Amino acid sequence: MFSRTLYQKLVDTHTVSTLDAEHVLLYADLHIMNEYTSPQAFAGLHEKGLRVRRPSQQMGVVDHVIPTRAVPVSSRVIEIADAARQAANFTRNCARHGIHLFDVHDPVQGIEHVVAPELGLIRPGMVVLCGDSHTTTYGALGALGFGIGTSEVEHVLATQTLVYRVAGNMRIAVDGSLARGATSKDLVLHIIARIGAQGARGYAVEYAGQAIDALSAEARMTLCNMTVEAGARAALIAPDRTTLDYVRGKVRDLDAVTLDAACDAWSRLRSDDGARFDAEHRFDASSVAPYVTWGTSPDQAVPVDGRIPEADNGSGLDVATLRKALDYIGLPAGVAIEGTPIDRVFIGSCTNARIEDLRAAAEIVRGRKVAPTVRAMVVPGSGMVRDEAEREGTAQILIDAGFEWRQPGCSMCLAMNDDVLAPGERCASTTNRNFEGRQGRDSKTHLMSPAMAAAAAIAGRIVDIRKESVHG
Amino acid sequence: MAEPFVLTGIAAPLPINNLDTDQIMPKQFLLGIDKSGLARGLLYDLRVDADGRARERFVLNRPEYRGAKILLGGSNFGCGSSREHAVWGLQQAGFEAVIAPSYGEIFYFNASNNRLLLVTLPAQEIEAIAAEIESGEDQQLSIDVDDEVLLTPSGRRYAFSLPARQKQMLVEGLDMVGMTLRQEAAIGAFEARHWTVQPWCRIDLPAQQQA
Repeated sequence: MFSRTLYQKLVDTHTVSTLDAEHVLLYADLHIMNEYTSPQAFAGLHEKGLRVRRPSQQMGVVDHVIPTRAVPVSSRVIEIADAARQAANFTRNCARHGIHLFDVHDPVQGIEHVVAPELGLIRPGMVVLCGDSHTTTYGALGALGFGIGTSEVEHVLATQTLVYRVAGNMRIAVDGSLARGATSKDLVLHIIARIGAQGARGYAVEYAGQAIDALSAEARMTLCNMTVEAGARAALIAPDRTTLDYVRGKVRDLDAVTLDAACDAWSRLRSDDGARFDAEHRFDASSVAPYVTWGTSPDQAVPVDGRIPEADNGSGLDVATLRKALDYIGLPAGVAIEGTPIDRVFIGSCTNARIEDLRAAAEIVRGRKVAPTVRAMVVPGSGMVRDEAEREGTAQILIDAGFEWRQPGCSMCLAMNDDVLAPGERCASTTNRNFEGRQGRDSKTHLMSPAMAAAAAIAGRIVDIRKESVHG
Repeated sequence: MAEPFVLTGIAAPLPINNLDTDQIMPKQFLLGIDKSGLARGLLYDLRVDADGRARERFVLNRPEYRGAKILLGGSNFGCGSSREHAVWGLQQAGFEAVIAPSYGEIFYFNASNNRLLLVTLPAQEIEAIAAEIESGEDQQLSIDVDDEVLLTPSGRRYAFSLPARQKQMLVEGLDMVGMTLRQEAAIGAFEARHWTVQPWCRIDLPAQQQA
């Protein structure tokens, strides 16, 4: 028997048939949909007169266009006409095919990648597909998750499978321990900055090493979520005690005997000794500082005590790309990123809106006030995250500090709803993409961890949370 | 016998690495429930200024590139968001091919599923092609899909290779769903086996509650 990687095992156990040397027909245990990448897929299905093969293995969540104003969920109204039509269309499609939908008024509604794991629907060894690139999140629990396009959404609806080109295997080992002030968000920004926005293109990345072992399940989700920003097709972490404890606490529909058998199987789910990786990287967690992006691609990131690069090192297209980023972000080359004044703070998104993220932010702002020049928002990842934060007092700490405490949704991560930055506004954001115009036309995004964003809200500028002055 | 597959058209250089799908099709154009109306969203912020006026210097607004069918891009073209709207928008604006050193993974498969031709060439070759187009009178490239060769106005030839599956999808326009449905028996057999071996993988969500 050949030694296989965890990724190869997940592909093998979900291969319905081999199509050619590179492609398999891959079975999806769960398919998650949102309102904006599914309408044309349903339309295609209807045109062809096809049914949904496995309605009970589909899940819908309205998350991208939903408003996050602080009104009770039961009275939420989508005011943007096109967005309301899209949500209504989604409701209709799910009802027509008997698909479970977490709708605008559902108390559990939230960001798809936050809701699915907390409902216990993501389990080690599964294949989970979704028309959203951040589906890589689920690798944190040892499930193969990745984003697909709308044509593929239609294919999965009709067949519960995907024509899939098998990716290469990359291992990223992270030794040592993260230093004070550094989180898995900083680690992933560090990795992306080092290997580049296409450094993992064509690969499924398996994370391993002491620093990964030490991460919580939620911190691992942040890491795997953003690995797609290095171009990876998927990210995986082999299930361990942390994974099993998390999943056991969430799964609702398995009896004790099945769950025990599952845990036994999951604890053996890992890459074989001697499994071959096509590419390997090694990092030292202890050298990871809090990271901040300076540019318009997630790999344009520096340690908070670092400087924005000069545009003149590099050649041809690389220089042009760097100049375009510097031009857009409106900061001079060569200056320190620390101290950059900000107008807005956004704590949210499928990357960093889970309870641990909100606790980390609250820890920083407890008893302090958001700078008068800053508008700061917290958008919890789901109804359950919101409720938990309210119950335990985390929400109140943030509210007392002057943060807006809002309802769940994707919100200003991609600004498809009415949470949009004004032109020229500069935002400290816990999201995943600092692309041009993503948070609003001509808006400037600086990606960072929840603690760093919270500290920026208090100071009114980008600061280094490792310096005690933050708590002054 | 299939007709020769040769695409000839004006090629517009857009030399930007990591041109993400947020830039190719910004969020305000994603609220539709069909595929229509996306041409006006294509590369919107690069094409149009804050007051809605065309940016004259942007390549697609220059007269010599009017009617362009081919885009010459940078590496990791179409990275980021999975939005297939980026591919639909390119096609609705008249583009039939993109030439770039590499592509975002999801964009690549989206293009393939919509028969948008993606040619992969080394960055240096694309820079040379772009330089020739920008300095010459003729902006037309010819892409011979059958022979996998690209011809510049001055007659220089660049060989490329298309993966067999992508080539077949492009040339024949395969009905992917229909083809997979022919494997229905195999899918059913797989499910029975899979759920016996790993019953915990079986998700069984109830149908939506009717409001």
